[in-house]
Amino acid sequence: MVSQIATILMIIVGLSLLYVLYRTIKGHPIERRVVFLYIALAISLPLLMQKTAPVPVTEDVQKLVNALDALPPGSKILATFDYDPASAPELQPMGTAFMKYAFKHDFKVIVMGLWPQGPQQANQAIEEAMLDKTIAAKNLVYGVDYVNLGYQAGAEFVIQSMGTEFKRMFPLDDRHIAYDSLPIMNDITNFSNIDFIFNLSAGKPGTVEWIQIAVDRFGATCGAGNTAVQAPQVYPYLRSGQLTGLLGGMSGGAEFEKAIDEKGQASTFIFAQMISHAMVIAFIIMGNIAFFITRKKKKA
Amino acid sequence: MRREIPLLITTIAGLVFAISYFIPHWPFGEAESIFGDWIAIVQAFAIWLGALNLMKVSIEKIYRKKEDAMYASIIIVCLLGTLAVGFYDGFTGGPQSSFRDTGTSFDWLYRFIYTPLTSTMFAMLAFFVASASYRAFRARSFEATLLLIAGFFVMGGRVPLFDLALKPFTDVPYFSEFAGWIMAYPLTAGMTAIMIGIALGIMSSSLRIILGIERSHIGGGA
Repeated sequence: MVSQIATILMIIVGLSLLYVLYRTIKGHPIERRVVFLYIALAISLPLLMQKTAPVPVTEDVQKLVNALDALPPGSKILATFDYDPASAPELQPMGTAFMKYAFKHDFKVIVMGLWPQGPQQANQAIEEAMLDKTIAAKNLVYGVDYVNLGYQAGAEFVIQSMGTEFKRMFPLDDRHIAYDSLPIMNDITNFSNIDFIFNLSAGKPGTVEWIQIAVDRFGATCGAGNTAVQAPQVYPYLRSGQLTGLLGGMSGGAEFEKAIDEKGQASTFIFAQMISHAMVIAFIIMGNIAFFITRKKKKA
Repeated sequence: MRREIPLLITTIAGLVFAISYFIPHWPFGEAESIFGDWIAIVQAFAIWLGALNLMKVSIEKIYRKKEDAMYASIIIVCLLGTLAVGFYDGFTGGPQSSFRDTGTSFDWLYRFIYTPLTSTMFAMLAFFVASASYRAFRARSFEATLLLIAGFFVMGGRVPLFDLALKPFTDVPYFSEFAGWIMAYPLTAGMTAIMIGIALGIMSSSLRIILGIERSHIGGGA
């Protein structure tokens, strides 16, 4: 019922854009607050419509999935959560989908963060992944199957020190358990004992630092998920092969969920993002129509 | 000596990091690890310094009864409150637990106060971007038109918007592929050029700092 009402309202909102276009052409552009209202409706109504959008899986995402598929069960994955709640709508679905994939494929997951909020975002992703019945049935044990090393200050220098010895930066995990007492960390000294690094990043320190130090200097393999704003900065590393796959923004998250067959939040959010993009494009077109008409009148 | 000692530390640390990249053996590798530990410690103290500075500025505002004293008092209450809750959870949580664990009071604050507040601040960008697109994103010049066209195709191609419009005619996601092409080639080429420029700039300013030519970071002129 809610979905149907939201759909009808969305159609009305879409049709009302014609009136906005008419006003704009007549030289009476709408107020800023009205634009805000349209955007609010374009984001909230599609969420109520509970629809998904068909996303094609791009090469960048498929590369990451292929790299993960190639890892045997028991592989050691370092998952680094370098973001805060502001970027969570884009990155959290990627984190949750990744955790589900990792646990279902029996990977050993070592979580850490170069942002203070990162380990808590990781906890939320793990918690949500654990709700999956298949994963819950595995009875995964903290410290054996997964661990949260917590946050360490020092940004890229933390990565640099981890290149020599993880224990140097994380003598205790997030729960104050000694590094040597964690069975999962028993045979891990540095990056040479890690099979894959998965980085979720919203800025600095983030993917660029992991590539420049862990990949380039210590030979690790790294895939990443970035916010749409940050993704363009890491494209050169993707093309050069230094980065093994990239999930860029909400669409990257939705593609990842589709590729690993784990429908999650990104698959729903992408529909809202699609409608809001359509709204912004409509405003750009209307703004430019008004601009050209005004210029023509001035010339005349 | 107030200037010479910091300059000496900068020079030694800079040289150690530069050399150890190429010669990661004794003594440079060891020195690099030690400096790395120091940086982590200094940055951890910097967080405290930032918090204390925030307290100082806020208390001053309240003491002088400035216009935004009310907001300053909210900052102090929130800062101390969060700190107290974190410490309480840390001390009462048992030997193998964290204040960040699910179900702690700190986790509740994080999930239901901090997360919505920061998300709201960030989400406001969407409204400003839309408003700016309507009022300022115009094809005024050749460069602006190029940007407009690229933005148009990337915005419509990175989500399945245009491909859905094309669906009755073909199943091939042409627009998605075109947006991917823009990201893979023109964007990567531009970003690479910018990154090379930035790297060269960083290298030259790093050399100036290591050699003591640039001294603005210790309060002096270049």
